[in-house]
Amino acid sequence: MSEHLISVTDLHVGFSTRRGAVKAVRGISFELVPGATLGVVGESGSGKSVTAYAITRLLDRAGEITSGQVSYFGRNLGSLTEAEMRRLRGSAISMIFQNPRAALNPIRCVGQQIADALNAHGRLTRAEQRERTLQLLRDVMLTDVERIFRSYPHELSGGMCQRIMIALAIACEPKLLIADEATTGLDVTTQKVVMDLLSSLVAERGMGLILITHDLGLAARYCGEIAVMREGQIVEKGAVDTIFGHPRHEYTKRLIAASPTADSTIEDLVPEGEAERFAAPAPMKVSGAPLLLEVRNLSKNFSGFAAVSDVSFTLAAGESLGLVGESGSGKSTISRIVTRLLDKTAGEISFKGESIGEVPATRFNSHRARRDIQIVFQDPHESLNPRYTAFDSIAHPLRTLEKSLPREELNRRVRECADRVGFPAELLTRFPHQLSGGQKARIGIARAIATRPSLLVLDEPTAALDVSVQAIVLRLLDNLRKEGGLAFLFVSHDLNVVRMLCDRVVVLQAGKVVEAGRAADVFMKPTSEYTRTLLQAVPSFSFRARAKVESPVEI
Amino acid sequence: MSATVQHVVWTIRANPVTGVAAAGLAVLLVLAVFGPWLQPHDPLASNVSMALLPPSSQYWAGTDQLGRDIFSRLIAATRLDLAIAASAVSLSFLAGTFIGSIAGYMGGRLDRVVGSVVDVLMAFPLFVMAMALVAVLGNRVENIILATAFINLPFYIRFSRAEVNARRGLGWVEAARACGDSHLKIVLCSLVPNILPAMAIQVSLNLGWAILNAAGLSFLGLGITAPTAEWGIMVAEGARFILSGHWWLVAFPGAALMLTVLCFNLLGDGLRDILDPRMRT
Repeated sequence: MSEHLISVTDLHVGFSTRRGAVKAVRGISFELVPGATLGVVGESGSGKSVTAYAITRLLDRAGEITSGQVSYFGRNLGSLTEAEMRRLRGSAISMIFQNPRAALNPIRCVGQQIADALNAHGRLTRAEQRERTLQLLRDVMLTDVERIFRSYPHELSGGMCQRIMIALAIACEPKLLIADEATTGLDVTTQKVVMDLLSSLVAERGMGLILITHDLGLAARYCGEIAVMREGQIVEKGAVDTIFGHPRHEYTKRLIAASPTADSTIEDLVPEGEAERFAAPAPMKVSGAPLLLEVRNLSKNFSGFAAVSDVSFTLAAGESLGLVGESGSGKSTISRIVTRLLDKTAGEISFKGESIGEVPATRFNSHRARRDIQIVFQDPHESLNPRYTAFDSIAHPLRTLEKSLPREELNRRVRECADRVGFPAELLTRFPHQLSGGQKARIGIARAIATRPSLLVLDEPTAALDVSVQAIVLRLLDNLRKEGGLAFLFVSHDLNVVRMLCDRVVVLQAGKVVEAGRAADVFMKPTSEYTRTLLQAVPSFSFRARAKVESPVEI
Repeated sequence: MSATVQHVVWTIRANPVTGVAAAGLAVLLVLAVFGPWLQPHDPLASNVSMALLPPSSQYWAGTDQLGRDIFSRLIAATRLDLAIAASAVSLSFLAGTFIGSIAGYMGGRLDRVVGSVVDVLMAFPLFVMAMALVAVLGNRVENIILATAFINLPFYIRFSRAEVNARRGLGWVEAARACGDSHLKIVLCSLVPNILPAMAIQVSLNLGWAILNAAGLSFLGLGITAPTAEWGIMVAEGARFILSGHWWLVAFPGAALMLTVLCFNLLGDGLRDILDPRMRT
């Protein structure tokens, strides 16, 4: 019995809310032997994080383990007092959280924070503490450890902060490490470095690892076993090859199908039933289309720092261009400048042959090209006014940009847009917080196409969405473009998504263009070293199951 | 409509204190509106032969040094005190929110100038400033309102500035730009409605302070003048009789002040919950 590092038996976790009790975890069981790695995958709301918090007994006050038990080497954690549990946390079970910067104390230097963790579980002299801390920093592959010891979190990059978090988590040599979306906010190249480090540390020290993630590729690359969670239950569990190679459960198949890979097409992502609803129109012919947007030698400085320098590209009507790069590459800045929400420092932007770069962003709201260039924002929740109903959000650009639209006409246009993006008309009276992530994403897109623009700037429109929702949104966007002759400027860090949706790509690094060309060429035969590194860092997910999925995805 | 009612009921049930405060406010409003019909005696009629009588079944709160019924005067004062507080707070709320949210949205030099002016204003002892304003402008109700509004202005500017500043970088503000809204329209039609729930607490607390402020000015002889019924003056006049054991002259107007201020303070949190659409599900 005690050879299991951790064993969870029939765990139920409930939350008491205004609407009564909500069952977040409903009877899950799994066990982990020392040295094993378990990937818990699932979409938002599947209860995977709640499970982690329940294991460490860190649930907030509204949450409660209603039944079942968690044992650590045969010891029932539920029977321990809070003080005993505190001793166990860190020394036996550690957690790494999603946002490393938020998890570190901003006003204490990082070395001192690691020393604090050491101190909490054992008496060491000051010199010993320091020595151990420096060793830990070396263990997480940081160089110049003396300087990093004295640094504050804001002085370090996101990847370095996450390595500090790992050092903190392994400081007291725990037997079990729980990583809750530990690399979600990081760039792909940083993610690879952090995950490689984490898995080698776990292997070296014989720790158990529970990796909680929504990214199937990541779980496939780093885990031995996979548990797929949905609505608080484990729907399928087994060795990684079995789960991804021969999934048995409907939901697993659907998740696998929805995850973009290096060779999937947009049609692959959406299951059959759903595909009928989006009957694919014939692809538009792009060659010979008139030039829509031309950006020449665009530069942008933020108080001396060059965010974008000397970037040029063109976009034809109905074409789709991808801007790819990691954080700090200037891709979002470019999208804001093209949408005329931000002023450039130098360069020219011409739209339909007219120079719009000279119109200050403050005045562009009344420019006649305003309705012709629209944008879909990254976070669908954050980009909707919390006091606007879905109807108001979609009607917003129509009310301001097409004044004197009669009431019936406005109603008709809003309903038409909602219909085009597949947003149910009966939900139009709801507020954003009453809608799901996918529904909010649809409103964001409906709002952007309401004025019938000819250029749609998409700023990571699916980055905040679950894969199954992302698949449907990508399909929707692709169809909108093919039907309506919209041109896309698609900004993303997700290379697989860009490859599927874009005709051409521009790869950016630190504000400069490193590579540009046809999407297929850039991804198959990258010429620059940077593009190659980017491509290699994407977690590969090669267990593509071509299983037929019968029921349509609900979002 | 019924959803709104349900929501209000839920908010009050989750936090019964809000219900108590709302009931208190309702009583105050009834007294303010229907006061003249509810007073058992004429609040201004003096009758020296009945002076300084302790509370009895005829004079529920006793009589003052001129034989006026204190209970009737308490009721008569409700309207005046609430009116002063409400108009002063509305003035500072409107002006302060406007200035503060524009400064918070625009940032840059305007924001720095507004911020510095507010800091300087807040460095003054505010009550002394109100006294000075009333002394210069004259002992009139309008001037008490103006002075009270003025000394509360910095709080509204600061608060709305911070709230707007925290939201100006959010996606939906950018989205409103892309929808063709001008900066002014974004501030007034998108940002201000969104900070209202948070401002509700400030407004509610402020109503209490404004009443105390008006009463304080009157107490010092700088506001409403006798023989008008006003809680501050009643406390001031009654203070002379405490030593002779006539406690009811001070205790009842003091209690009225305290309960009113308490009621507004308790109402704040509930008001925020009621105004925020995100609290509804």
